[in-house]
Amino acid sequence: MNALEATDLTVRYGDLTAVDRVTLTLAEGETLAVLGANGAGKSTLLAALAGTHLPVSGSVLLDGEPVGRLPAHRRVRRGIALVPEGRRLFGSLTVEENLLMGRYPRRAGQWDLGAVYDMFPQLADMKDRRGSVLSGGQQQAVAIGRALLANPRVLLLDEVSLGLAPTVVAQLYDAVRRITASGTTALVVEQDLDQALRVADRVQCLLGGRTVLESPAAGLDRDTVADAYFGITRRAG
Amino acid sequence: MDWLNAGVQGVLLGGQYALLACGLSLIFGVMRIVNLAHGVLAVLAAYLSLVLVQQGLPLWLATVVVVPVFAALGYALQRGLFNPALARARGRASGELAPLLVSFGVAVALTNLLQEVFSADTRTLPTGGLASAGLAVGGLSVGVLPLITLVVAAAVIAGVQLYLARTSTGRAMRAVADDAGAAAMTGVDPRHMYGVATALGFATLALAGVFVGMSTQFSPGSGDLVLLFAFEAVIIGGLGSLWGTLLGGIVLGVAQTVGAQIDPQSGVLAGHLVFLAVLLIRPGGLMPRSVQA
Repeated sequence: MNALEATDLTVRYGDLTAVDRVTLTLAEGETLAVLGANGAGKSTLLAALAGTHLPVSGSVLLDGEPVGRLPAHRRVRRGIALVPEGRRLFGSLTVEENLLMGRYPRRAGQWDLGAVYDMFPQLADMKDRRGSVLSGGQQQAVAIGRALLANPRVLLLDEVSLGLAPTVVAQLYDAVRRITASGTTALVVEQDLDQALRVADRVQCLLGGRTVLESPAAGLDRDTVADAYFGITRRAG
Repeated sequence: MDWLNAGVQGVLLGGQYALLACGLSLIFGVMRIVNLAHGVLAVLAAYLSLVLVQQGLPLWLATVVVVPVFAALGYALQRGLFNPALARARGRASGELAPLLVSFGVAVALTNLLQEVFSADTRTLPTGGLASAGLAVGGLSVGVLPLITLVVAAAVIAGVQLYLARTSTGRAMRAVADDAGAAAMTGVDPRHMYGVATALGFATLALAGVFVGMSTQFSPGSGDLVLLFAFEAVIIGGLGSLWGTLLGGIVLGVAQTVGAQIDPQSGVLAGHLVFLAVLLIRPGGLMPRSVQA
């Protein structure tokens, strides 16, 4: 059985259909990268999976159980944790308090404060600082740690690289790689193709809210992805 | 000596204002709702205690009953009235106006209801002489009831502050105040947490209402002045800061008693002038929240 299974998911903002009948599966322990240009529907797809924006049609199954109509706070308790675009830390809470918010659903598992501090050692040194004074990279580390502390069945990561320097992005993806390598099932939405391919087992490309390419990450040709990205169809010869 | 006395009486009076303002401050801090029904609800708590006392309950027992009843009422009002108003207000230019108007409606309706049920006569809660008891401290006469009120106000504010700082629910409440959407992503139901915050606010408000009823005469219309003083205490102290609210209550109380010392007719006016001065000089209040959510 797949850990996460979304079938014919359609999500609208008013009249705009942002995600149009997208189907995706995530096997236990697998990492799927969802790629696409700005406005391709990636973040909206994640919002529908996490429950922050409910889909108009289609189903979401977590371990075979339908969760597509549940609001976000109940989906986290079932095991879908989102690292949101723009990090969304609690500015007046300290780093440690932000992390402890991840413990709110009280799900059992391998992730506790110690494990997160091992993963991001710099956070242990600044655990009493407020979330609002951290650098972008530090905030992103806290946001990832907060989601991990929910001990999710499925971890959803939205644009980890957004607005961050390349070296910082590389460090964060080192951590993501270790997280997924430890068996966490993850879905990564990313514009940075190189980083996404470092962590992904499979790739799914969106264009205009629809799936235009699905492929294993291994041996994937960059040009193929780039074409799908921009909707270019190459003719043979 | 007269000035010292005025100062001491002002600090004591400030305890009552701070206790009244605590719930207003908490509800604003978590939800950005200014509850205009705050004053009349405090008066309702005083009336409910009076009814229970007339049924033969001792006042302390009536208080023990009224406080949890108000917590439940707060939760119900939040889930039933304020949350829908907040949801409608979201993403509109009217913004926080909708819950404000709802609370105004509650205030008006409740004031009239109290008048229907209890008439416009002034009442007071029987204290068995506590309200007039005094301690002689170095030539000053310190009222026992105002002293108890100040101690209770400080204890309530310290308690709520500890609850917010140390418990997992308190942490979730602060998280919801910062970013309700992000809090939902961590498993917190913002609507429930708003209900819990209002329940807590209403519990402190009920306690404040009982203390007001013990120290002064009240009538259905007393809520307006109660709201005004509580609101001034919150603004003087700094919106969303509970310790600031305690300070704001004391500053307001001292301004009123020192003002009355200068001219017996001008006590309340002096309080309003200090309130205006704070708004002009430090619009964020004396102890503003260090981090804006």
